[in-house]
Amino acid sequence: MSHRLSSGGRLINRANPVSFAFNGRTMRGFEGDTLASALLGEDQMLMGRSFKYHRPRGVVASGAEEPNALVGLGRDHSYEPNARATTTELFEGLEAETQNHWPSLEFDIGAINARLSRFLPAGFYYKMFLWPRSFWKHVYEPFIRESAGLGKPPKRRDKDHYEHFNVTTDVLVVGGGIAGLTAAMAAGEAGSQVLLVEQTAHWGGRAPVDGPQIDDMAPNAWVTQVVSALQAMPNVEMRNRCMGAGVYDHGYALLSERISDHAPDKAGPRQRLWKVRAAQIITATGAIERPLSFAGNDLPGVMLASAVRDYIVNFGVAPGKRTVVVTNNDDAYRTALTLKAAGLEVPAILDAREDATGALDEDARAAGIRVITGRGIASVIGKGRVEVVHVCAQDSDGADYEAIEADCVAMSGGWSPVVHLWSHAGGKLTWDEADAHFRPDPDRAPKGASGEVFVRTAGTASGALTTEDALVDANRTGQAAAMALGHKARGPAPRAEPESRQVTAPIWLMPENAPYEKRAKSWLDFQNDVKVSDVELAAQEGYESVEHTKRYTTLGMATDQGKLSNINGLAVLAKSLGVAIPDVGTTTFRPPYTPVPLGAISGEAQGALFQPIRKTPIHDWHEANGAHFEPVGQWRRPYAFPKSGESVEDAVAREVTTTRQSVGLLDASTLGKLIVKGPDAGRFLDMLYTNMMSTLKVGKCRYGLMCSENGFLIDDGVVARIDEHTWLCHTTSGGADSIHGAMEEWLQTEWWDWKVYVANVTEQFAQIGVVGPKAREVLDAVSASFDLSKDGLPFMGWVEGSLGGIPARVFRISFSGELSYEIAVPANHGRAFWDMMLEAGNPHGITPYGTEALHIMRAEKGFIMIGDETDGTVIPQDLGLNWAISKKKDDYLGKRAQMRSHMTDPLRWKLVGLETLDGSVLPDGAYAVDEGDTVNGQRNTQGRVTSSYHSPTLGRGIAMGLVERGPDRMGEVVNFPALDGSPQEARIVSPVFYDPDGEKQNV
Amino acid sequence: MLILSCPYCGVACDETELQPGGEAHLTRFGPDASDADFEGYLFRRKNPRGVHFERWRHAYGCGKWFHAARHTVTLEVFGTYPAQVTEPPPDILDAIAAKVPGWEPSS
Repeated sequence: MSHRLSSGGRLINRANPVSFAFNGRTMRGFEGDTLASALLGEDQMLMGRSFKYHRPRGVVASGAEEPNALVGLGRDHSYEPNARATTTELFEGLEAETQNHWPSLEFDIGAINARLSRFLPAGFYYKMFLWPRSFWKHVYEPFIRESAGLGKPPKRRDKDHYEHFNVTTDVLVVGGGIAGLTAAMAAGEAGSQVLLVEQTAHWGGRAPVDGPQIDDMAPNAWVTQVVSALQAMPNVEMRNRCMGAGVYDHGYALLSERISDHAPDKAGPRQRLWKVRAAQIITATGAIERPLSFAGNDLPGVMLASAVRDYIVNFGVAPGKRTVVVTNNDDAYRTALTLKAAGLEVPAILDAREDATGALDEDARAAGIRVITGRGIASVIGKGRVEVVHVCAQDSDGADYEAIEADCVAMSGGWSPVVHLWSHAGGKLTWDEADAHFRPDPDRAPKGASGEVFVRTAGTASGALTTEDALVDANRTGQAAAMALGHKARGPAPRAEPESRQVTAPIWLMPENAPYEKRAKSWLDFQNDVKVSDVELAAQEGYESVEHTKRYTTLGMATDQGKLSNINGLAVLAKSLGVAIPDVGTTTFRPPYTPVPLGAISGEAQGALFQPIRKTPIHDWHEANGAHFEPVGQWRRPYAFPKSGESVEDAVAREVTTTRQSVGLLDASTLGKLIVKGPDAGRFLDMLYTNMMSTLKVGKCRYGLMCSENGFLIDDGVVARIDEHTWLCHTTSGGADSIHGAMEEWLQTEWWDWKVYVANVTEQFAQIGVVGPKAREVLDAVSASFDLSKDGLPFMGWVEGSLGGIPARVFRISFSGELSYEIAVPANHGRAFWDMMLEAGNPHGITPYGTEALHIMRAEKGFIMIGDETDGTVIPQDLGLNWAISKKKDDYLGKRAQMRSHMTDPLRWKLVGLETLDGSVLPDGAYAVDEGDTVNGQRNTQGRVTSSYHSPTLGRGIAMGLVERGPDRMGEVVNFPALDGSPQEARIVSPVFYDPDGEKQNV
Repeated sequence: MLILSCPYCGVACDETELQPGGEAHLTRFGPDASDADFEGYLFRRKNPRGVHFERWRHAYGCGKWFHAARHTVTLEVFGTYPAQVTEPPPDILDAIAAKVPGWEPSS
């Protein structure tokens, strides 16, 4: 059984016990524990259930690579799923719950899947769920949704806050083990600006556990000394609990710092995302031990050998009392020695190699440990945890040699350098035969903008597996990074004793000739329940690419991304395919290294800070007067102004009726306003608009259309000629920035010799519409420096001067069909002018109106709206706007495109009005059906609704739509079925429902 | 996350400051163009594994469009230059030739 030892544990403080809750049960650990070590201390071996078969699982590892011990942390407004118990630092009051089981961790119904495992092979979903189709919705999908997935997403809003740092540095060193410290020191001493980060709370990595002497000091002492020296250097910045998540192009790196996960009461942000630009990046990310594949290797109690000694040395907990060590390399002997030193039993070291001759092997024998070479594990048996280890010859089919009683198995399949960050940015790997692992190939390193190397590896991350080699490598790498920046670097590496080491044997299956029954119980990927037999089956079925095998079997997916399983899996695949491991290659390593919470990625960009909200100069009045807002791009515009007790719908109807009968007031400030100026401005606008703008007279306005070079209508608006060389182009509210951008693009990249200047003055002016039959009377009530009479300012004219003492431009244009003035005043006068108009309009019962009334009034008049009648596939000719397309111009943007055969097809859907036979409102977007079916068996269509409203003016539903040959079919009745298929009949009519002769606006 | 230097304002721009504009040095075809020429102008784009000329706009900076010559595989940047040219300038071509032996501009 796992238990707390009576002494030891270099990271825990036994004087400070900490209590926490695990699945609602109160447990105790010590300050400095991880959740996993505290659970082991409480003999809580079972920490989760597997993804597919819901098999009971215990902790396997002691760090970020842990596949099994995933928990949900916290609750309510502070809940994080899929947290690794091995990296979760214990604190008083921590709450953790296990995942992926029902009804409980100990008794789980889904575990029946395990008995059916023969029937749930690789690619099961793909094979089984193809047929019958109807089973998808009612059988398979509910089943998958219930049983699949790991942690549940939080249900409540996250109460914590997060922030981003943007940092530039000379050298970023990822990893604070002895290699990272050495590299940082080498670069720092050379004068480089260094940022050194470590994902755990502690510096020194594995060295304090493994215990090599460095510079004649114990590793702890050496680490303490180097850390203090680095901290004293002004050019070195250090952060722990800060994980290197990804390395990207041109020296960009993302770091994820956990600030108060371990101390929830600490003030400030919970986490911080670092966006780093580094000239040089050093990955000192160490190595991860590989599991061995033998039958029963997923039983709780089977652990990585390195993890077993981590728990003993760091936390003073032992996963078992009798531990069998099984290995293909020397390193696991350290675990046996550590166990022995802690007074625990080690009945045997099973070494798969034919002989064991390394220095550690000698030490083990000297310590009285039985070493059996050429042996492996035939199977591990136990009910929910390790009970008996069956030993066999490695080169056998698993015939029993000896049964050993044990409650823990410490396995080591060799070490793989952590190459993720190196690979993210395009660094290539090479297969190292001696150590049976992929390591970074320094000749094929990631390169930056200048074509020079910008990612380097240090220490075990380079494949240097002894302390001596790692320190030499790290020192050289740190100096190389500094020299690449032009700094002078020299100085010897820290010294460690040479080690006599025997090569690692490439053991990918134990025993070598294990029959199917054993291979089907030999797990490769614990988290995703992928076994040796699954990968073999995938290979047999033709999945030769490692990328395809990954997706077919789910090997290496989910939260651990194959940190333990990757190499073992592709070795099995290589063997099945009969090719060498390097020829199979690895799957692609993608960021992040370990999951980064979404909260950290969004940072401050949430709530009110998610994006800036643009407000017109009159916004405060709208807010104070009960406006019901709607988003229009980044603007917030009043949709309507409901009075107390009035519904939004009633308010809209009232606003339309009052405006049509008397006068309304519109805040149109969001309208785009672009000044186009210069000797070639007219020529330029003739290219941008479909109609002629160069001939527009000063003092006049003209409605214009803009198309993309692909011919499609992208924006519309009224253009006013200000003077000989100046035009003011109004764009849609949403289009101001993009049209301004398009103008700049054409001027800078195509017609750069044209003398034109463009300025976006949208926010410099407030624009207010005074609309309705009483509009002129309202304006007449304030003093004006110009004539606003019918003839003094005719329709489509504009004047400039002062109105009510405020400088103003008055445009006589109409988007409602009523007598209408749009008045632009400098933005800082906007609110004053609005108030003045409200007062002047008071005798007429003036009403402010919102965007919905605006929309209804324009639809009653058959005026199109960009984004309703257009969707990026509609040309002006579809909308009956041929009158706004110049026939005289040789060229304009979109002209050539509109000449293509499909654009001139007489069968194109064209704009019409639609009038339901029963006066109801057609659903927006409804399709008109036609006779017959398409090749896909769907109904043929012949049109669709683009705008649809209830018209308070006409007292019935009105709609606009695009219908095949629509204008030629006036009076015809077309069916727009509702979602339930019931018919909705509408007659094709003119889109101008109200005042077809335009008498109202021309008074 | 590329870094490209804006040839107008001299700022080394982070990619997030830039708006991409696709292939550079396109020739516009207008109303007189054949269907094939117009299709080529509107839709056909090079997508080389290697040296490429691209348009970028310093959107969150000086607002100017410029061109970049870079390698699409190694991400090496050979240079950036103003957009008011119809072909890459000689110094850019020299820089590419020095770094990529045997490379020749394609038509």
